[in-house]
Amino acid sequence: MATVPAPVITATNLVKKYKDFAAVDGISFEVAPGESFGLLGPNGAGKSTTMRMVGAVSTRTSGDLSVLDLDPNQFGPEIRSQLGVVPQSDNLDAELRVRDNLIVYGRYFGLPIGRVKARADELLAFAQLEDKAKSKVDDLSGGMKRRLTIARALINDPRILLLDEPTTGLDPQARHILWDRLFRLKEQGTTLVLTTHYMDEAEQLCDRLVVVDKGTIMAEGSPAALIREYSSREVLEVRFGSEKNAEVAGRLEGIGERVEVLPDRILVYSDNGEAELVRITERGLHPITSLVRRSSLEDVFLRLTGRSLIE
Amino acid sequence: MISTDSRLVASVSRLRPMRSLYAGNATSVMQRGWLATRSSNWLVILSGFFEPIFYLLSLGIGLGSLVGAVTTSTGHAIPYAAFIAPALLATAAMNGAVYDSTWNVFFKMHFAKLYQGMLSTSLGPLDVALGEILLALLRGALYAVGFMIVMQALGLTLSWWALLALPAVLLIAFGFASFGMGITSYMKTFQQMDWINFIMLPMFLLSATFYPITVYPEWIRWFIQAMPLWHGVELVRGLTTGDVNIAMLWHVLYYLVMIVLGLILTTRRLRALFLD
Repeated sequence: MATVPAPVITATNLVKKYKDFAAVDGISFEVAPGESFGLLGPNGAGKSTTMRMVGAVSTRTSGDLSVLDLDPNQFGPEIRSQLGVVPQSDNLDAELRVRDNLIVYGRYFGLPIGRVKARADELLAFAQLEDKAKSKVDDLSGGMKRRLTIARALINDPRILLLDEPTTGLDPQARHILWDRLFRLKEQGTTLVLTTHYMDEAEQLCDRLVVVDKGTIMAEGSPAALIREYSSREVLEVRFGSEKNAEVAGRLEGIGERVEVLPDRILVYSDNGEAELVRITERGLHPITSLVRRSSLEDVFLRLTGRSLIE
Repeated sequence: MISTDSRLVASVSRLRPMRSLYAGNATSVMQRGWLATRSSNWLVILSGFFEPIFYLLSLGIGLGSLVGAVTTSTGHAIPYAAFIAPALLATAAMNGAVYDSTWNVFFKMHFAKLYQGMLSTSLGPLDVALGEILLALLRGALYAVGFMIVMQALGLTLSWWALLALPAVLLIAFGFASFGMGITSYMKTFQQMDWINFIMLPMFLLSATFYPITVYPEWIRWFIQAMPLWHGVELVRGLTTGDVNIAMLWHVLYYLVMIVLGLILTTRRLRALFLD
């Protein structure tokens, strides 16, 4: 029998309380080496707090946590020396040039200067920032800063890369460049742990994910499995105008497997969206716009929590 | 293999309880500061160098020509400029250290998020605190050397003991820097930062800087003598005028205590803020 590799991260009933408020309220998960693992949830779900505990910069209130076989409460520096961290908001060193950002950061790990310089040049190439080596950080675009932050996180050849909302605030093109880079890392076998509130990002990058809301895990699985389990194959979106949506919804009984009424539109879950649209029009209801699409993790989230992911 | 590694790490960590606070790598933080200074902060550094020299020229030489000689606390009469020069030197050390450890640290803490980045590496809070403070000391040392050269050129250095004024000035800067950084970690807004100036300016003007402490009534004297700058002024003045006695070791002790308390405070605060 093939031996299952030991997980690099194991969290059991992890809790983080700030005074009376539980930001993380008993979550458990495991991450296997080489896996790309995601925490999907809205702002304030407890994703970043979880990441900070895994990153050994925040101590847990209760529960068990093991990162690379060590307890972060006791072995913070040892764990941090083997992690790469991409925080939610860039904290690049604006007083240093682009290449110096990488070199200086490598020195924080106590790595020899020769090795750090060689690695910095490799990483500038990886981040497609070679011609920006001598630029000031403030002169970089948002996407470039993000790529530099990722390059910086790789300076110590980490065993796990932690990414907190890696593409939030970037334009679509910059996001795709970044996803491409992260996908390469994944192919090279780097263990990725990322948080996101974008379902397309989770679908693109994660082998497996947990849906987090209010500090607890609502569901766990691969993106495809979660969609299969908690949603239908297709979704029909119809809009009747914001005043009429609620009224029309009452007349949609028996249509689709399930109907969700949102303020601006109605979602009909079904394996055949087109067929449902025909049945709606047969009842004399004529939506202003209609759209049939595949189910996404957004629908999973809506099903699990009754709320949308981005509010 | 992994488990052997971690057992090894575990036993090493038990031997070194400071491990989570200090990685022995404060030099990397200093190097960072040096690089950053080299690329952006030259003007600020230069202005800090000239400030005490302007004071010395205007008050020492200008006002000094009206005042004449001053009697020190031990009864020696010396020229007014020679009386205030060591006080200005001690104050320059304080100002340089306080600027670096308060405004600079405030900015790095709240806007540049520099420490957040540093503390997600293998650095500990004591590495960060020591690195930042030692760099402030280096700057203080540069100011002090420059100022003492000017003092020498103006004939205001009266003793060979003055060579010891340099380590004394570093001691003063170390005390203020380690305390300043700890206090700054409590500050949340620019308005609160102004309180630091509110304390610094009167301390500069009243700590027997421009006249002997004997002009005060008893109770004010006690108060001034409790403040750190007075100890710095007395220490440096004793050394540059050659008026040395064993009681000056109390001033040294005052600063040693201040340094230790300041470092403990700063390290604890950094840990509370960034490694909660």
